[in-house]
Amino acid sequence: MIGVTVVIVFCLAPFYWMVVSSFRRTSDIFDKSALPSPWSLENYTAVFDPDQGFLRSMANSLVVAGTTTALALVIATLTAYAMARLDFPFKRLVLTGIIATSMFPVVSIVVPLLKLFTDWDWINTYQAMVAPSLSFALPLAVWILTAFFRQIPIELEQAAMIDGCTQGQAFRRIVLPLAAPGVFTTAIITFVAAWNEFLIALSMTNDAAMQTAPVAISKFTGASQFETPFGSQMAAGVLVTIPLVVLVVVFQRRIVDGLTAGAVK
Amino acid sequence: MTAVLSRPPSDRRAGSARLGALLVAPTVLVLAVVVAYPTVQAVWQSLYGARGIDPESGFVDDTEPFVGLDNYAVLFTSAGDRFWNALANTVFLTGTSVALEIVLGVGMALIMHQALRGRGLVRAGILIPWAIPTAIVALLWRWIFNADGLANAILPGQVLWTSEGLHAKLAVVFADVWKTAPFVGLLVLAGLQVIPKEVDEAARVDGAGSWRRLRSITLPLVKPALLVAVLFRVLDALRMFDMPYVLIGARKESVETLSMLAHDEASNVRFGPGAAYAVILFVFVFLVAFAFVKLLGADVVGDAGKGVRSRKTRRAKVIA
Amino acid sequence: MHTTRARIAAGALTAAVVVGLTSCASAGGGAPARGGGFEGRGPINYVAGKDVSGTFRGVVDQWNREHPDEKVTFVELPEQSDQQRQQHIQNAQTRSDANAVIALDVVWTAEFAANRWIEPLPEEQFPLDQTLPPVVEGAKYRGVLYAAPAWADGGLLFYRTDLLAEAGIDKPPTTWARLRSQCGQVLALPNAAGMSCYAGQFEKYEGLTVNFAEAVQSAGGAIVDENGKPTVDTPQAKRGLDFLVDGFKSGLIPRPAITFQEEQGRQAFQKGQLVFHRQWPYQHALASKTDGSSAVAGKFDVAPLPGADGPGSSSLGGWNLAVSSFAKNKATALDFVKYMTSAQRQRQNLEAASLAPTYTSLYDDPELVRAFPYLPTLKASIMTAQPRPRVVRYGDAAGAIQDEAYAALTGVKSSEAALADLQGRLDKITGGR
Repeated sequence: MIGVTVVIVFCLAPFYWMVVSSFRRTSDIFDKSALPSPWSLENYTAVFDPDQGFLRSMANSLVVAGTTTALALVIATLTAYAMARLDFPFKRLVLTGIIATSMFPVVSIVVPLLKLFTDWDWINTYQAMVAPSLSFALPLAVWILTAFFRQIPIELEQAAMIDGCTQGQAFRRIVLPLAAPGVFTTAIITFVAAWNEFLIALSMTNDAAMQTAPVAISKFTGASQFETPFGSQMAAGVLVTIPLVVLVVVFQRRIVDGLTAGAVK
Repeated sequence: MTAVLSRPPSDRRAGSARLGALLVAPTVLVLAVVVAYPTVQAVWQSLYGARGIDPESGFVDDTEPFVGLDNYAVLFTSAGDRFWNALANTVFLTGTSVALEIVLGVGMALIMHQALRGRGLVRAGILIPWAIPTAIVALLWRWIFNADGLANAILPGQVLWTSEGLHAKLAVVFADVWKTAPFVGLLVLAGLQVIPKEVDEAARVDGAGSWRRLRSITLPLVKPALLVAVLFRVLDALRMFDMPYVLIGARKESVETLSMLAHDEASNVRFGPGAAYAVILFVFVFLVAFAFVKLLGADVVGDAGKGVRSRKTRRAKVIA
Repeated sequence: MHTTRARIAAGALTAAVVVGLTSCASAGGGAPARGGGFEGRGPINYVAGKDVSGTFRGVVDQWNREHPDEKVTFVELPEQSDQQRQQHIQNAQTRSDANAVIALDVVWTAEFAANRWIEPLPEEQFPLDQTLPPVVEGAKYRGVLYAAPAWADGGLLFYRTDLLAEAGIDKPPTTWARLRSQCGQVLALPNAAGMSCYAGQFEKYEGLTVNFAEAVQSAGGAIVDENGKPTVDTPQAKRGLDFLVDGFKSGLIPRPAITFQEEQGRQAFQKGQLVFHRQWPYQHALASKTDGSSAVAGKFDVAPLPGADGPGSSSLGGWNLAVSSFAKNKATALDFVKYMTSAQRQRQNLEAASLAPTYTSLYDDPELVRAFPYLPTLKASIMTAQPRPRVVRYGDAAGAIQDEAYAALTGVKSSEAALADLQGRLDKITGGR
């Protein structure tokens, strides 16, 4: 119990500071008191100013991150199954090639990618943000899922197939549910990464209606040129973190339980 | 799989290869278009130098000169000092951050795994640092590490965290560990959750102490998940950019990483040298990953864990 | 050799010979075809950092009502100016026609002009004679106007009127020697216990370039001479840098100031920790707040920056509007630039966001001076201002300045060594091919 407390305090103390700062008035932003005095919603009002289009940007982020996660899970599951269960030539090479793609600094592929998407007329579209996020997520997703699928004893599937399941059914009813913690974690990781992606989302959109939340936040300004919009950035930081936490709390039970229930049946 | 398994071996192999290719194709396709193509472009770009300026007209030249491997060769002259410093910083920051993240992450995972009630909430709690966008986290820490900020209010003395020196490195490591230890923790926790309870209980019945159980049962079983987590943390940390850039600042010798260097070159419209740094970083990361997989992680891709499998078979029977 | 090259360059310009458009080598974005003049009308994009004044949007709407066939869309870029610059460069790399009118920091003018990412503007169509001369200079490259000034900025010396009066000083310092002696008097006061004398922006970023340039200019030196040749290995430059280096050594400048950007310095000044502070005008309104956030409201005033032997010289700040070379509908773009930089717009910007105007007349408007008492001082500051070094590779030059000045301020190098190294690096950067 002490351990849990220590971990939680370590993780949440700086976040607490973020929340507190977000409730200070702009003019008190340098304060170091444990609670804001006076409390102020100034920063939140600023964030929700219709001109900022912040809600719209959250919705865009949801679309981009949601689509990325769904696609990444499907595609990576297929590939990871092949890696974990099938024997085919160049397997190691493919697996190495996949991981190699996550070794190039993003700053260096933005310009070529921008040219490519400009040619395809993809600027200001969701796919221009989903495709890169997908490709950043896939290597990790494939590797995690491969590691988890490998952990599931092959005998289980064989037993199921003897009972009359097809290979696909055996996979869906036995392997996936048992690997649920791994699948779920992959989903969270993919979603968070896509939700927070900034450089690509910034470069591929110039229409405010298409921008994602991190891009919208980068456009916050103080009331004058040099004034740092620290308060509203922190407020926005709190706001973009909340959906993720809610998602985890609400869905983790359902996903884990649901899949496991299917397996035990 | 029985269908495949029951066929003659050569036929089975061909069928398996065809299915394998089919299942792998989507991943390869996405990666080829979105990453591999721009990467090849960047490699090509690295063979070109910066444009010159025409002293008469004052205009920058239309084309970039082809310089072959000059952008690489220059690293071995005195002009390469900044590069070697950045490489050393990158290795230092990666090494210390990842080492601390492993220890903390595994600790977090074990603690979360044992928490009986409110596991979902605890998990959401430790997820928070990692869920906040990096740019915002870096701003938050910059504020905390201000000369007149929270860190100096809590700690004795006044350390100028964002000025050059070891303290700047430490600030980056601390902030990075805070942000990404939960990532390792989450993956290890997932690894713990797929270990059948019976395994641990059997060991307990056999009289193994908790430290022994951790070392000889739990850790080997979460090894695949841990290795994947560490591998990807290393890959990510080697490309570290936002945290030192926002928290400490650009062009600071103490914390400038290879990614920052590549960014600085490209933003000064020297795409060739910038691309060259990116290519070197790529090769370096590749070698590290290769060594990593060779030394530690054969069982990440290979057919290890046979012992695990037979133990798990017991559980299979339970479920069946 | 040179003449041949010049002729080739000129030919490439006039005849719109576009070379290597599709080859990989031109991945950096070369010179666009010059169609001659500003042609084409229709919808355009106006691309700028976030609208701090909150008035741009209204102005754009008004334009759109007046010009239904030439609609302007306001595209906002991130707040950080280096991110803005990066977006502009990326657009130039892809030769994207998405952006027509772009807002540029004054220090980017040379780089964007030399790369031919922006169009030269017809000088006669802009009221340059009514504009502060240093601002006009800052919008030119090699004598050609490339951008229209939208707002300006200059450094001011903020000082504590209450403490100076208490110490029996009637005028703020005009020289560094006076500043030192006044500090001595003020800091001896019981009310000034624990305070520091002076600070500016000394963190390693663009603010340090500004403060270094001001110190050098205020000692009679220059970073580059009128021919664009670097001149930092001079006694004047050393005297300027030494003002800052000695300041840190003697404790005149507090130790934490090495981490100060604008906001950290403002925090220190507002808490009453500084007697003198080199800062942009934006601090005036914030430090005057009476909601309890400023301990110095009503207790300070502004003066021009002091110098080595007399009044100092500020760095020129501010933003200009330019027309992208890659744009369609350049005639509309040009009209919109004029619209956005008119005296009326600038008055609005000043009133709404304290953005300093570029028109001389606005500084003398009694109504505005009543609302913004620092205007006359700011005018004096901008009139003596120098643009920061106008070199094409500005990012590299500013980087070199920051490296060497920071090394000197932190005691890693002597000021002689730092300036000698800086001279060498700037020679290379400005050396052309």
